[in-house]
Amino acid sequence: MSLAPKLAFRNLFQDRLRLIATLVGIGFSIVLVTIQMGLYVSFQRMVTVMIDHASADLWIVPRGSQSFEDPSLLDERERFRALSLNGVRGVVPLVVGFARWRAPSGATSPVFIVGSDRRESGLHPWNLVEGDLVSLSIPGAVAIDQSYFKRLETSRIGEGAEINDQNVKVHAITHGIRSFTTMPYVFTSPDQAHALTGTPANKVTYFVVHLIPGANVTEVRDRLRNRFADADVLTPDEFGRRSKRFWVSGTGAGAALLMGSLLALIVGTVIVAQTLYSSTKDHLHEFATLRAIGSSGVYIHKVIIIQALLSAAIGFCIAAGIGWAVVEATAETALPVVITPAMTLGLLLLTILMCVVSAVLAIMKVMRIDPVMVFTR
Amino acid sequence: MTKTVIEAIDIEKFLGVGAARFQALKRVNLAIAGGELTLLMGPSGSGKTTLLSILGCMLTPSSGTVRIHGHSTAGAKPEQLAKLRRDHIGFVFQSYHLFPTLTAIDNVVIALDVRGESLEQARQKAVKVLAMVGLAHKMESYPRELSSGQQQRIAIARAIVGNPSVILADEPTAALDVENGRAIMSVLARIAKDPARGVLVVTHDPRIQAFADRVIRIEDGRIVGDGGEVESEEVAQHFRELLS
Repeated sequence: MSLAPKLAFRNLFQDRLRLIATLVGIGFSIVLVTIQMGLYVSFQRMVTVMIDHASADLWIVPRGSQSFEDPSLLDERERFRALSLNGVRGVVPLVVGFARWRAPSGATSPVFIVGSDRRESGLHPWNLVEGDLVSLSIPGAVAIDQSYFKRLETSRIGEGAEINDQNVKVHAITHGIRSFTTMPYVFTSPDQAHALTGTPANKVTYFVVHLIPGANVTEVRDRLRNRFADADVLTPDEFGRRSKRFWVSGTGAGAALLMGSLLALIVGTVIVAQTLYSSTKDHLHEFATLRAIGSSGVYIHKVIIIQALLSAAIGFCIAAGIGWAVVEATAETALPVVITPAMTLGLLLLTILMCVVSAVLAIMKVMRIDPVMVFTR
Repeated sequence: MTKTVIEAIDIEKFLGVGAARFQALKRVNLAIAGGELTLLMGPSGSGKTTLLSILGCMLTPSSGTVRIHGHSTAGAKPEQLAKLRRDHIGFVFQSYHLFPTLTAIDNVVIALDVRGESLEQARQKAVKVLAMVGLAHKMESYPRELSSGQQQRIAIARAIVGNPSVILADEPTAALDVENGRAIMSVLARIAKDPARGVLVVTHDPRIQAFADRVIRIEDGRIVGDGGEVESEEVAQHFRELLS
């Protein structure tokens, strides 16, 4: 064990005020990156939340549909063309669309209707906390999420409202089914969805396809593609990727979040570089002494890099603490900040990289030291 | 017979640029032998520190050669010069240049740490040299807790712990009072008793001549006197009496 870590530690902790400034800089930067990246991950997850929760082996979507929230119409008879194909076990129609919710007070809010038959394995509300799926077969029955009680001015089973001038009543309440758009999801039966969204009776929005066990998904997909000239047949992964591409890349939202992360990273690097440089400058005579007594350049670099790594470790712990608090605070919001273990590891490596890159400026300064300066003071 | 530990041959050094360029050293020849304490004396601006910097491989001469323990420094790169310094030279500075955040023992250990010695071995050696300079009881003290004289003794311990061939000391007593100055010089004189090690002290303090085996005088970049004996026997006698 060398004395270099001790010297680095002592140099770092000698000036507490500067250390605090450094740690605030690192922490601030990493918290910003964490939040931006957390939102990015969360956004990516949320744009596919319906696709991820549907029990589909394949999706048949109107040609050019970019995401689940981009509904066009398919002819319901197409269902039977799909069913007639070898390897297909079932085809479940989904009816989705936009509508307007009117609370008893008269306040209105746009909603996104999702209609799926509870008797078939399609796309049902999950995380039920009150009520049941069976009751959604009752005419006018809908399921809403707790997150939108305030928006919809409805918070109890049995409370009524209007959707596109038709009476509905809450029969089930879910937890954590949130939309990344401003529109709450409202689950109901396909018939009710037809009525609420004004979808013609012979039309549906999507087909969720179930395959017989052991069927080759790619093969069946390709055969379905040949059969449906006016529809896209996609695996859940393909539909998810298409949705992400549309919302994350196509709308610029993802670029904005990534740009925010990059800026936060640059700010952090500049702050750390500045404080490390200033610390090195303050200890220049010590580095010159090290050089004078014969220390190699590597030894001096080691001291500076260890200082940077110590800053990174402490700064990351602070950022992780704040990040955890942000995750907790946003858990129940429309767009929660999500931090995955892989992301945590990535952020730690990013913090280390940021601090090491920041040390370069200080190292360059030290490399220019003339050891003869030890004779001048 | 003592061996030459450091040697300067026809050293010239120009400093500054343009109109400010001047010759700081003019064909300086010098050899320091093991077992002797040599004083390099001269007025301010005479080139003492420049010569010391060149002998210490921190400054490259404009022409001429420096040999340390038989190794020529000509054409050596900064890392090779650093290796020569850590293997063969110990430095004592006027301002001590101790690490304020390290204890006395760590300030000594660091000279061996930069050489890659194990900490355990380095600490054992540091304990011995600190005892040698009379600071065995201050090993865990920080520089700010020590007097100027004690700090300089730690600097000496750091300089000798690697068993270098030559100790180069730049005005080691300039920042000290008379008593501490004498104590430091007596330590350096004791170190210089080792025939394998030479000590060169740059000073303008005539009171320390008593400790020297040899006094070299430099003026205007030239060696103007190289006496094998101290010049004032009277002064020498005075300090010997004080020391006894």
